[in-house]
Amino acid sequence: MSHAHFLDPYQDRPSPVHRLDARIKLLLVTAFILTASLSPLGAWPVYILLLALALSAELLSNLGIRFYFKRAVLALPFVLAALPVLFTTPGGAQLSLPLGLAVTLSGLERFLSIALKSWISVQAAILLASTTTFPDILMALRALRLPRLMVAVIGLMWRYLFVIVDEVLRMLRARQARSGETGQGGHKPGGTVFWRAKVAGGMAGSLFLRSLERSDRIYNAMLARGYDGEVRSLPHPALQPADWLLLGGILIVLIFILAVGQIAWG
Amino acid sequence: MSCVVEVEHISFSYPDGHPALRDVSLELSHGEKVALVGPNGAGKSTLLLHLNGILPRQSGRLAISGLDVSGKNLGRVRALVGLVFQSPDDQLFSPTVFDDVAFGPIYQGLAADEVRTRVEEALALVHMEEYAARVSHHLSVGEKKRIAIATVLSMKPAVLVLDEPTAGLDPRARRSLIELLRELPQTMIVATHDLPMVKELIPRTVVMDHGQIAADGPTASVLCDPVLLAEHGLEM
Repeated sequence: MSHAHFLDPYQDRPSPVHRLDARIKLLLVTAFILTASLSPLGAWPVYILLLALALSAELLSNLGIRFYFKRAVLALPFVLAALPVLFTTPGGAQLSLPLGLAVTLSGLERFLSIALKSWISVQAAILLASTTTFPDILMALRALRLPRLMVAVIGLMWRYLFVIVDEVLRMLRARQARSGETGQGGHKPGGTVFWRAKVAGGMAGSLFLRSLERSDRIYNAMLARGYDGEVRSLPHPALQPADWLLLGGILIVLIFILAVGQIAWG
Repeated sequence: MSCVVEVEHISFSYPDGHPALRDVSLELSHGEKVALVGPNGAGKSTLLLHLNGILPRQSGRLAISGLDVSGKNLGRVRALVGLVFQSPDDQLFSPTVFDDVAFGPIYQGLAADEVRTRVEEALALVHMEEYAARVSHHLSVGEKKRIAIATVLSMKPAVLVLDEPTAGLDPRARRSLIELLRELPQTMIVATHDLPMVKELIPRTVVMDHGQIAADGPTASVLCDPVLLAEHGLEM
């Protein structure tokens, strides 16, 4: 039976980044992404500093830089969303395009800044997701006082995403099994595009109905075990002094980078 | 006359390295009915998914009605092998029973009249004629099983492959499904844990365990060998 393993980004390796407490990792990654997004436009040295920080953590994680660069392609759609600033930022036109569009220098600077910032931020998120198991991330979210209901929803989503994807795989396989050709000539297999679209629509509809029913069954199973709307968990283990030291150290570095950026380019 | 199903020395490992089939060989002649029994994880379903090329074979030879199961023959082979999955919910993905039973014929590019005739015939074979306009979603498990069988009968397959046909059925639905399988003349491979059904319905039994064929012979002698059954976790 094939399963949807490809969805889980976690890669098990022995490394100091993997061993670091999930709470510290989550806090640091959040602070890192905040620093990147709050850095002013065009603060290139700040971006390089942040990238250096991300790269060193990636090297420490023992997964190889190539892995991160491949995954970071995920940032591309966000970059596309920033494409209009190329044309909408006021300034001297550098390159004229048809339809009255013109690329301005400040627009280019803004676009490159956004692209670089999102690329660096996505790398930090990938670092967190590939060195921390999902249950650990959930535990960290709870420890950081995210509303418990929200953590429960995220956890259930993660749990059943795999079940639903498996269901999709089985359904696709059943369709594949019946996609045959006759022995006689003169029949073009495959049907019309419209009919294939209808079939795909029907599959999506069945999947939705089944997921809805499954959610009812899951909820009943939760009620049967005493669920009352409140998610409870065991107390979290205390953080070690070394963890606090690392957290404090990196936070100070990030605040310093942010301050330099704001003073010099803000 | 050539065999309908020819499996010769097939081996297969899943991407995680877990070997699922080791040197499996099996031949079925026309109209022959074979039961495939063995514990969970023995490789029964993996073997079934090889028969129409959904899992590509890694070694050995595999042919259906003389057609090699590979490359450009796959479309033809999928029409010849009627694979009924264990869960009818996976099999029935269309809004209505008619749409589902018509899927195979429409995909093959048959004319509208021919499709309608095929659907009527297939539903008649499973005694569900009046269900054509029903919504698959609201049927009972037993009804879904019958419709799932009709969805492959409409392709006029040379061999019917059923994965756990009686799983999850109540005694009455199970009984009527057994009667239905008895009526169908097609060559048939049935993977199942339901040994009483095998004893009653299927003359030849193949025991699989650890991806290998452990025994292959007349049902009467295989199922009456308590040592063999115990060795492979089976119970009458």
